[in-house]
Amino acid sequence: MHFLTGRVWDPVSEVFGALPAIVGTLLVTLISSMIALPVSVGIAVFISELCPERFKPFFSTAVELLGAIPSIIYGMWGLFVIAPLMADHVEPFLQNTFGKLPLIGVLFEGAPTGIDALTSGFVLSIMIIPFMSAIVKDAFEMTPPLLKEAGYGLGATKWEVVRNVVIPFALPGIIGGVILSVGRALGETMAVAFLTGNVHAIPKSLLEPLTTITVAIANEFTEADSDIYLSSLFLLALILFLMSFGLLMTAKFLILERIGKRWTPRGI
Amino acid sequence: MDTAGNLIKTVRVRKIKSYVMLSIATVTAIYGVLWLLWILLDVFFNGFKSLSFSLFINDPAPPGVEGGGLRHAFVGHFIITSLATIMGIPIGIGAGIYFAEYGRHSTFVKFLRNITDVMVSFPSIVIGTLVYAVMVKPVGHFMGISGSVALALLMIPVVAITTDEILKLVPNSLREAGYALGARRWQVIKDISLSAARRGILTGVILGIARITGETAPLLFTAFNNNYLTLDPTQPMASLTVTIFQYAMGPYEVWHGQAWASALILTFGTLMFFILAKFVIRRK
Repeated sequence: MHFLTGRVWDPVSEVFGALPAIVGTLLVTLISSMIALPVSVGIAVFISELCPERFKPFFSTAVELLGAIPSIIYGMWGLFVIAPLMADHVEPFLQNTFGKLPLIGVLFEGAPTGIDALTSGFVLSIMIIPFMSAIVKDAFEMTPPLLKEAGYGLGATKWEVVRNVVIPFALPGIIGGVILSVGRALGETMAVAFLTGNVHAIPKSLLEPLTTITVAIANEFTEADSDIYLSSLFLLALILFLMSFGLLMTAKFLILERIGKRWTPRGI
Repeated sequence: MDTAGNLIKTVRVRKIKSYVMLSIATVTAIYGVLWLLWILLDVFFNGFKSLSFSLFINDPAPPGVEGGGLRHAFVGHFIITSLATIMGIPIGIGAGIYFAEYGRHSTFVKFLRNITDVMVSFPSIVIGTLVYAVMVKPVGHFMGISGSVALALLMIPVVAITTDEILKLVPNSLREAGYALGARRWQVIKDISLSAARRGILTGVILGIARITGETAPLLFTAFNNNYLTLDPTQPMASLTVTIFQYAMGPYEVWHGQAWASALILTFGTLMFFILAKFVIRRK
């Protein structure tokens, strides 16, 4: 219990508290899902409803390839390309725009270094967009054309058909896809390993370094010299295991089972 | 008159709303493709700058000395991945055959199949810690072969599910025809199901390899790293991905350049596998 609620992670004096890592994991996952969800639904709408037949293969292949890039490439690219960009341009801009506002302003305090929660979440969102949009797209395409035609027959515009026919019909699929992607984001290591800074502290704003369970394990496992250190890292791994196992099981049994959808390998 | 005016107005508002929302959807699709192009171009240009022949044939030089290469990482990566493939493919295909052919109606197999489904999206770092506890800790040092085992564990579910799904597509009438000719069960599986599903299974294998070539997290504390060339899988072994991790985090410009170059090779290697898989399935 101490382990779960402790805020101090100090290997030298052998005090281990996992709260910062757990909070960090949840925070990064939350940021990335918030960015990825609207984008993925947008991509799915575009590919399944709007895209001219000729360009369809191009767009769906592009999104699949985005999912095929190894996660370490995302991490490295984030470190060398996105982090400086965030530090020099995006984050000062956010601070100037939102920093003065009450409530939201707190989120953008701190030095804009680019190695922080916002950048990690952002890069992670790019990484989970392909997974999410692939599942959402499949759910969209299962909508019977008859229903859509009925909608058009009533004089609905294209958006109204999407909004009132396709999305409600595909809702279980969308939720399942979101949970599945969140499970993926939780366990993602290399994309964020470069970007969090691995600081065991609960970040006070989006612009502070933090750590996640995966990053802590990846960075410290080989350095763990005492048994208690190693055991703490194993316990972190167990927590991660339980979290993602729970999520994946939920997605599988509550939702995907009902619509008869299985994980299908990309590329088919 | 007035109601007609209102009607026209409502229709116009609805149409505009529709256009706006659909434009947003288009923008998000372009946004997705934009990142793909951006990443690929960055990897390509930065990697191409540092790509040289010596990268493949030399061992690493100390920082500051010219002409070091990453031969050890290329060789290590190849060995680890090949061993993982050799271990993972038979088990994966076997599991897929069992799921689809032998255990179609048993609840136990249904349970196993669900577990396999969940395993596909499992955090790879957890697999790494598992293999560490089972293989590395008892032996006392890091081994290349334990990295292969971790990768094989990641690969098995991918291959198993693809095989299972493909075998399910083989029409039952084909199997029944085989039985009617007096074939035994294993003969039906070998000569009918598997030969009908050959191409699909090959796709699964390629996807499985593509999945593990880019993995880093499970290798960090199983195969670990090594600054020298080794061909002995019971020793710590370098891999491209772990080397990229180490070099990109390192302080030297040369290291960053070499990391980009390896990233270029790794990315295009993985994408080639995916395109190959697509090509194999399309040719039908």
